[in-house]
Amino acid sequence: MDSLIKKPRLATVWLGGCSGCHMSFLDLDERLIDLHQMAELCASPLTDYKDFPEVDVTLVEGAVANEEHLEHIRHIRKHTKLLISFGDCAVTGNVTALRNMFGVEEVLDRAYRETSTQVIGIPRGNHAVPKLLDRVRPVHEVVKVDYFLQGCPPSADKIYSFLMDLLAGRQPKVEERRFG
Amino acid sequence: MSVKTLTIDGKMVTGIAGETIFNVAWNSGVRIPRLCHVGGVSDVGACRLCLVEIEGQKKLMASCMTNVEEGMVVRTNTERLQSHRRLILELLFAERNHICAVCVMNGQCELQDMAEELGMDHVRMRYLFPKLEVDTSHERFGLDHNRCILCTRCVRVCDEVEGAHTWDLKGRGVNSLIIADLGEPWGQSDTCTSCGKCVQVCPTGALFSKGRTVGEMRKDRRFLKYIVTAREKHQWIR
Amino acid sequence: MTIEELSDIQEQEQARQQKLANRIYCCTAAGCVSCGADRVRQSLHAEVKKAGLQEQVEVCGSGCMGLCSQGPLVRSAADDALYGHVSPEEAAALVSGNPVDRQLLAGKRIDTTAPFFALQHKIVLANSGVMDPEILNDYIAVGGYQALAHAVTELSPPEVIEEIKQSGLRGRGGAGYPTGLKWELVAKQSSQIKYVVCNADEGDPGAFMDRSVLEGDPHRVLEGMALAGYAVGAQQGYIYVRGEYGLAIQRLQTAIKQAERADLLGNRVLGTGFQFRVDLRIGAGAFVCGEETALIASIEGKRGQPRQRPPYPPESGLWERPTLINNVETFANIPPIIAKGGEWFASIGTAGSKGTKVFALAGKIVNTGLIEAPMGASLRTIIFDIGGGIPDGGRFKAAQTGGPSGGCIPEQFLDVPVDYESLAKIGSIMGSGGLIVMDESSDMVDVARFFMEFCMDESCGKCIPCRVGTVQMHDILARMTRGEGTPADLDMLEQLCTLLRETSLCGLGQTAPNPVLSTLRFFRHEYDAKLAASRGGAQ
Repeated sequence: MDSLIKKPRLATVWLGGCSGCHMSFLDLDERLIDLHQMAELCASPLTDYKDFPEVDVTLVEGAVANEEHLEHIRHIRKHTKLLISFGDCAVTGNVTALRNMFGVEEVLDRAYRETSTQVIGIPRGNHAVPKLLDRVRPVHEVVKVDYFLQGCPPSADKIYSFLMDLLAGRQPKVEERRFG
Repeated sequence: MSVKTLTIDGKMVTGIAGETIFNVAWNSGVRIPRLCHVGGVSDVGACRLCLVEIEGQKKLMASCMTNVEEGMVVRTNTERLQSHRRLILELLFAERNHICAVCVMNGQCELQDMAEELGMDHVRMRYLFPKLEVDTSHERFGLDHNRCILCTRCVRVCDEVEGAHTWDLKGRGVNSLIIADLGEPWGQSDTCTSCGKCVQVCPTGALFSKGRTVGEMRKDRRFLKYIVTAREKHQWIR
Repeated sequence: MTIEELSDIQEQEQARQQKLANRIYCCTAAGCVSCGADRVRQSLHAEVKKAGLQEQVEVCGSGCMGLCSQGPLVRSAADDALYGHVSPEEAAALVSGNPVDRQLLAGKRIDTTAPFFALQHKIVLANSGVMDPEILNDYIAVGGYQALAHAVTELSPPEVIEEIKQSGLRGRGGAGYPTGLKWELVAKQSSQIKYVVCNADEGDPGAFMDRSVLEGDPHRVLEGMALAGYAVGAQQGYIYVRGEYGLAIQRLQTAIKQAERADLLGNRVLGTGFQFRVDLRIGAGAFVCGEETALIASIEGKRGQPRQRPPYPPESGLWERPTLINNVETFANIPPIIAKGGEWFASIGTAGSKGTKVFALAGKIVNTGLIEAPMGASLRTIIFDIGGGIPDGGRFKAAQTGGPSGGCIPEQFLDVPVDYESLAKIGSIMGSGGLIVMDESSDMVDVARFFMEFCMDESCGKCIPCRVGTVQMHDILARMTRGEGTPADLDMLEQLCTLLRETSLCGLGQTAPNPVLSTLRFFRHEYDAKLAASRGGAQ
């Protein structure tokens, strides 16, 4: 039964990452029901929304890799009270940032010419394919981040304990959390 | 053998003259963080994680390089030290491409352990993303410079325990690199005995056995204690 | 050579020089050589020959005469005249004693009563312009090796140390440790084998004091080292000189050979039982090798990286033996102290800093070059009187002392006396003597960035704070100068300053933040202005 007090509003977003963190989130399984009692999930990659809603907490999976990500995360920052870097890509850049050792051109060449059976050309940033940033960045390099949840992906247990702490108004524990 | 009595984090402990603060602390249950230290080879005091405060001394001292003295009052875990250690770890993580998720040592890595132990949850400075090589020319082992923290454990174990001195450093500053012999591919080294000691002492995934994939690498450095005991006490005991 | 022979040579050489109609000193220091002093000297030789004056006029070399900006410099002894910007064509007029010919050179004559000369006090550089650094007899003629002769025959080692202690001499390499105390520490060690090391790995940007001393008066440094060897009980000395100093190395090699042949170094110094040899070790271009433990490692043939102190070199240095390490200028001060007494030396300078200090003036200053001023002279005296002020009507902004370990001193401290304590109080250090003057056009954030780039390039890489911290600090400063800095960057910069100072392994890393700290202290508004104008960044 929903409490009379308004539940905190929760959102999750997916930037430059593999969606593994969201998979891990779904691994909460039956605990998703507990979570639902504590918070209202307002937006996620699984829901269709035109405008990002006003929320209390946003989990951000993935690094900031292209211009769309950049615009998106700046917008989200304005509409969420707490922003959480969710998983290693958001926290460190991780696998998404592996391309930073090479230039953008080198990466595009590799993806769209060298390894492509049908060479159509390199997308140069249009409505369909956003332009890559010169460097993949962790989220906190672009906007202020309130909490960091490491792991590739963070385990369901860690996601659960983190969210439970946060939604109950406690300072989330940082112990026993590691990269990788 | 004279005994020295000192205080470490408010605890009265004893050590033998000539013993380091680091060893005495660990022997009495005080874990001082470290990355370049490994029992069985000499210490260099390079990683600066084991710095401690000693009452009456202005400078922070590397506990692995400082011997115990009678009446010393040592603090190993003050707020200042914790904050310095976290910042040092951040510097390390930003220096090379430590991408834990795709590392053979994921889950077993000492650098990863340190970040967890010291509560380093993100890196506040820019990552440098250097372009570095992986040397897989050796038949059994590989060297991934992306994972190397330049602790020089491999250099010391190869020199002091194996006696081969295959490893050393070239370049300086952030451009330093571990090299085999005079910079040859590892597989072409004339001095390497392929003993694998360097691989076992490497704290990260920089040195690894071939054929291991993400998270599969296990390292065992009990051999070092075995050899050192044999050498010093002439006892061949495991 | 015995002590009697030494005195004989001195008298004979002095008499010989007095009989000459003229002795023309052509500067042979690196500065003048690089602007054509060699051709001037060849031309002088040719003119002497042409005029058939070989018996009357002698052309010889000289150490740095200071006014490097006006090189090539030539000094004529007969009329005690100094000429600047001398060209080979003017050689004939210089050789000729004819007053009409001399008149041709009037425009080139430098007023040696000007403040640049009058306000200097020369101890270390006393022989520049009066002797040829490549001729042993020249050094002996000006009293060279008399201090060593006096010490080995009339003073006991503790008496030599006592004299140095009394002089109040402090290390000229930068840190200012009392020299006498250091000597005493080494002397007290019971080891049979000890070493004396001269640190000639001068590397601060803009500094060339030691190079000039080595080029201009190499025997003085050897004599100072021999005195140290006698005092502390060492029989072997090493000079660790940076490989870039080709001319200094060549002069030292010549001087060592000359001294060994004359028994001024070797198994029987001046015919006594005192033994002392000196060998050169050439550095391969690493700034960190000026740090004493790295220098020791490098002499031992190892990678030039520092190690934790203690143990300090006086206890355990080169090959784990007691080792005395002093800087070039420190050793150059020793012979006059022994010759004239510690009390004489202590009468010059301030309460805590005795004697003189050589400075290399560089940057936005009229008289770039080498000067020697008594300790305690104000920056204003050094920069505006001796240095001639800021060129092109510029306005003074800051002076940088102590190289990458030092700091920037703003205008309000121009009257602070230049000594170890006063400079430390205003966030800089005496350092080895590099003094870079900046005018209004200097961007202080960029100045800090420049020094950080130097430290980043020169970090040996052993300890993490210095190896990576300098790179991160440099990146932040570079972002700021490009107008891309953020308040978070500035905050991180300050945190890294503290980290490097408190956790780096050696002096290089520990002092690397100093240029940032001092510019933040006195020119914070420039950092703030850059942040305010900044475009990108978080939030």
